[in-house]
Amino acid sequence: MDRIIRGRVWKFGDNISTDHIAPGRYFHLRTNLPELAKHVLEDADPDFPKKVKPGDIIVAGNNFGLGSSREHAPRIIKLAGVSCVIAKSFARIFYRNAFNIGLPLLTADTDKIDEGDELEIDLEKGLIKDLTKGIELQSTPIPPFMMRLLEDGGIVEHIKKHGDFKVD
Amino acid sequence: MAEKIIGEHAGKDVKAGEIVVAKVDVAMVQDGTGPLSVQVLKDMNLEKVFDKKNTVLFLDHATPSPRKELSNAHKILREFADKTGAYLSDVGEGICHQRLVESWASPGQLIVGADSHTCTSGALGAFATGMGSTDVAIAFALGKVWLRVPETHRFYIEGDFPKGVYSKDLILHIIGTIGADGATYKSMEFYGPTIDKMSMESRFTITNMAIEAGGKTGMIAPDETTKKYLEEMGRGEKYREIKSDDDAIFEKEYEFDVNELEPTVSFPHTVDNTRTISEAKKMNIRIDQVYIGTCTNGRIEDLRVAAKIIDGNRVNKKTRLIVIPASRRVYIQALKEGLIEKFVEAGAAVESPGCGPCVGIHKGVLADGERVLSTQNRNFKGRMGNPNAEIYLGSPATAAATAIEGKIADPRDYL
Repeated sequence: MDRIIRGRVWKFGDNISTDHIAPGRYFHLRTNLPELAKHVLEDADPDFPKKVKPGDIIVAGNNFGLGSSREHAPRIIKLAGVSCVIAKSFARIFYRNAFNIGLPLLTADTDKIDEGDELEIDLEKGLIKDLTKGIELQSTPIPPFMMRLLEDGGIVEHIKKHGDFKVD
Repeated sequence: MAEKIIGEHAGKDVKAGEIVVAKVDVAMVQDGTGPLSVQVLKDMNLEKVFDKKNTVLFLDHATPSPRKELSNAHKILREFADKTGAYLSDVGEGICHQRLVESWASPGQLIVGADSHTCTSGALGAFATGMGSTDVAIAFALGKVWLRVPETHRFYIEGDFPKGVYSKDLILHIIGTIGADGATYKSMEFYGPTIDKMSMESRFTITNMAIEAGGKTGMIAPDETTKKYLEEMGRGEKYREIKSDDDAIFEKEYEFDVNELEPTVSFPHTVDNTRTISEAKKMNIRIDQVYIGTCTNGRIEDLRVAAKIIDGNRVNKKTRLIVIPASRRVYIQALKEGLIEKFVEAGAAVESPGCGPCVGIHKGVLADGERVLSTQNRNFKGRMGNPNAEIYLGSPATAAATAIEGKIADPRDYL
């Protein structure tokens, strides 16, 4: 896992649901994640799947990822090459799913970050530098267990490595 | 209550905020999330289940299958069931959450499901929560999960429901009040005189929608009503008492009085965007399709209320009505009571048990610019298969009245 992430921002608003991220009408593509990833966030921004480049960062408002438990949502965000999602808050199933599959999420006040800004993120410190604006933002620290999941490369690798859950 | 149940399953006393490993009593996936779970287990070389009877694969989201990719997804689950002995709930048996409360869930259990509305079973006094495919895959194989013990928000409900107002209106009103993220990560516990008097079916509607306020689960302490329900379902011996201690810590406490509550409708595109029926009716909103069913409101009590309103009326010429019982058991009961006949005679299309159009792939996908009023639990943009359509949420009574008038209507005019 890269502890330092650098990338360009795509900005979204509040309440981006898993239906925005992985629309139900592509239900039949759930067993074909690379194809499903071609529609990632299509219902929030129809051009997003074409615009997003590996390393890009998604920045959003409150309650990102609300709704369904579909793990396909964080998986296709990761497959599209997104390196990190920063939001004011996350819905809990999405939050858990993202760390389980090794997609880092940071919780921070995102009002000052705009689309197209270049960010540099220190995951361990939770420090977000907006290089375009020349400002620094501190995110809520990632809980130690979630950080361990990221370092191990997700829950599957975590279990393979430790033979069980290692929560303490 | 959540702390107690998680503690029993973690083998130690636990406090909110702790991350623990807990044993699982029941684990389930459905046809939208299960194939990914099977893939994860294959990748881990762990294609086995911890308990055959309590590892369940539900075919409900796309049943009967509308296309070959989904038939192939079903086949993945069928083959996994053959290989491991896990229970496969096949086409026509019904929606996972309804099937769980009918045949599996009981007080004090810890239930995980790869579907966000797994919280429904919490009405029976279980700690039941939705997770991703990978979490549940690991629970299948190892019989345990990691959990962050949630804080509890407690909701005291008092008063008697006025005519035409139901538990669906109450939970929409609660979510409208606290917001779609008002209980994020929290266990939502419902109690008070109104809950005490409420049927099990109405309670399921409330806990089903805990996730729509962001809740990790929704819970109701088991009582005589729970006991009777379990007896009716042939699991009376599973009844036990479990409730929050008098000195338990609640992070937040709310009080709601239903005496003055009106039928309530959620407007597009978030569940917390609620209005009273009086406000909605004034806006004269044309509705192209009405859907009565789902894990939220597809139970026998719901069909009875809707059939009573529909009886002797016709579905509006400019509207179509789709009715889907939540399970085979509900379907058979509705047939016996003559409810299905009433719906069909009034002009409804009745489909076999399953999620139906709520998931957005079949059985009533909307056209561009169309509006639906549904008894389901969420109305996000694109939810029902078309991002250019609008979804309104209401009770089965509001849905039935709306089907008759072809616009959002007040059920109190028909009762």
